[in-house]
Amino acid sequence: MKVQGSEAIIKCLIQEGVDTIYGYPGGAIMPVYDSLYNYQDQINHVLVRHEQGATHAAQGYARSSGKVGIAIATSGPGATNLVTGIADAQIDSTPLVCLTGQVASHLLGSDAFQETDIIGISTPITKWNYQITKASEIPEILAKAFYIAKSGRPGPVLIDITKDAQFELMNFKYVKHQKLRSYIPEPVPEKNLISKAAALINSSKKPFIVFGQGVILAHAEDDFKKFIEKSGIPSAWTILGLSALETDHPLNVGMVGMHGNYGPNVLTNECDLLIAIGMRFDDRVTGNLNHYAKQAKVIHLEIDRSEINKNVIADIPILGNIKATLPLLSEKIVKKTHHNWIEKFKELNAIEYEKVIQKDLFPKKEKITMGEVINEINNATKGDAIIVTDVGQHQMVACRYSKFNTSKSNITSGGLGTMGFALPAAIGAKMGAPEREVIAIIGDGGFQMTIQELGTIFQTGVAVKIVVLNNEFLGMVRQWQQLFFDKRYASTEMVNPDFVTIAKGYSIDADRVSERKDLKHSIQKMKDSTKPYFLEVMVEKEENVFPMIPTGESVSNIRLN
Amino acid sequence: MEKKNKYTVSIYAENNIGLLNRISSIFLKRHISIDSVNSSPSEINDIYRFVIVVTVHELLIKKVITQIEKQIEVIAAFYHTDQETIFQESALYKVKSKSLFEERHIQNIIKNSHAKIVTVSPEFFVIEKTGFREETEELYNELAPYGLLQFVRSGRISVTKEPLKISEILKKN
Repeated sequence: MKVQGSEAIIKCLIQEGVDTIYGYPGGAIMPVYDSLYNYQDQINHVLVRHEQGATHAAQGYARSSGKVGIAIATSGPGATNLVTGIADAQIDSTPLVCLTGQVASHLLGSDAFQETDIIGISTPITKWNYQITKASEIPEILAKAFYIAKSGRPGPVLIDITKDAQFELMNFKYVKHQKLRSYIPEPVPEKNLISKAAALINSSKKPFIVFGQGVILAHAEDDFKKFIEKSGIPSAWTILGLSALETDHPLNVGMVGMHGNYGPNVLTNECDLLIAIGMRFDDRVTGNLNHYAKQAKVIHLEIDRSEINKNVIADIPILGNIKATLPLLSEKIVKKTHHNWIEKFKELNAIEYEKVIQKDLFPKKEKITMGEVINEINNATKGDAIIVTDVGQHQMVACRYSKFNTSKSNITSGGLGTMGFALPAAIGAKMGAPEREVIAIIGDGGFQMTIQELGTIFQTGVAVKIVVLNNEFLGMVRQWQQLFFDKRYASTEMVNPDFVTIAKGYSIDADRVSERKDLKHSIQKMKDSTKPYFLEVMVEKEENVFPMIPTGESVSNIRLN
Repeated sequence: MEKKNKYTVSIYAENNIGLLNRISSIFLKRHISIDSVNSSPSEINDIYRFVIVVTVHELLIKKVITQIEKQIEVIAAFYHTDQETIFQESALYKVKSKSLFEERHIQNIIKNSHAKIVTVSPEFFVIEKTGFREETEELYNELAPYGLLQFVRSGRISVTKEPLKISEILKKN
């Protein structure tokens, strides 16, 4: 039986196990929405309030569920509004399939109403993209899209579908994609390099592991834990690696990078072996590359060949899926402990505790600090919540101090640093893991970048908890202005509306805290709510995030104040 | 600082509408100017070969190559120096027919350059010269004084001295 192209698209989604999609209708995608109307019992379409919200929500969904996130939009502005989320997903390796409507094929290139070259625009920020102009292409291209988005190093795929292809009739037959002759999603590990790496690990005195999101994307948390527990190697995380290893694990020595912990940053330049696992040596992690771990041998376990030797030269590159390579490596290493070496991390982190952490978490000053809010959230959640963060000071503080017991619990915009990410991402995260508590922690700046998604929360009733840490500043930029631009606070002070009233306007329960004595109770009240909840916390206006590696400095020159 | 070199990048890929855009965006992202680009069928049925010439540091071209290879439709990418390749460019020179008969010297230039006359009409004639850049440039310089109606030079086409073993790569995948 022949079906319309638009219905074929829905059938493809169902074949791929899609149950939730995020989107916004419009002219060029109307046939798909019309077909969707018949499948509402199988696919939940979440109507966002702006297409950027669709991509971020799809990202949140993908990161909490481990499945592919779907965003759908019309042509022209609908498609261009997806761009920020696509770029974010590309740099943070999030599997997305984005579907955009396009003007009818006979109008392509004619500057038709709401026509934009989204293929051209999205090319540098997608893993793959394709324009469908005939209905018959739909099953094969969508199967390819899902295969590419989730295999190897995941990433976003955009499929642009002309309106006539959505209307055209075709014979529907779906075959999942398994293989493309030009694409090697998982390079085969070289056995001799694994042996060499094992020998290096066995002979090293001061080995150090830095792990990234690769551990989570490969579902290799257990393999990773077995590896570190056998080798006894202290392990630090990048911001996207956070939650792959529980906070309280004795070998978890904290975060690396610009606002990471003192021990792992300083000791990066003292270790004799640096083992990088599923991470890509971002400049926010390495600081000045000319002074980064120069004394150490480097083993780099990575699925993406183009990441090898991109920023840091690997003495032993181990290509492949770490789900495969870590067990091979674990087999060949001897059981060891590194007490004295781990003690050094503890000593340095104790200095950080005294000079920074204690003041952040248990402040003596009058105003509430961001750190103590996170600490109270930890007390309420016991580390079981998914924490979704935006970008800026609150993000650094939340990632530094949040406790995690399980993987896929930290959802943030790392590589792109997209303000406005958290609110829509939290919606997606909650829908991707409905049984879990999801708390979005957002600054007053980023909150207003996608504040319209309160409407999505209102309409769906999705029970996300929103904490806005309001310092009435674009805090991170203000911090840089203070430290590097003579305190010239150009356009960083914000005059904000009454957020509580706005939240209440959307019928979301809302509360504001300005005093320390009310903090614990307010957070508990939020935690106990089974509905969406908004909590604004008025925090110290000019708090700075430390430790900090100033741009261009070596990781070991990390400043504590 | 390491010296910049001229490299010939050879890319084997599936034929796809947006692929050239995708490849050129990788150079664009790193602010690399492309000296020339050529796209054609390859020795393997249905597989295209792009030849791109750039002048960059070797460290950089290595990274660019892995980022090109990462693109879904790219089967393999390589970079080579001039010494490692056999390469040619083609140029077309359109000259007024009148000059051919009035300026006897032009006939000598054409003969000595081993260029080929492609077409002759009452108004103009077209000469084709294939060779190294210096050779097509030399002919250009010689003909220019007599008035060139049009001139065009192709991108470099190049084959490598070493075997590239694309069929083997395809079999393996």
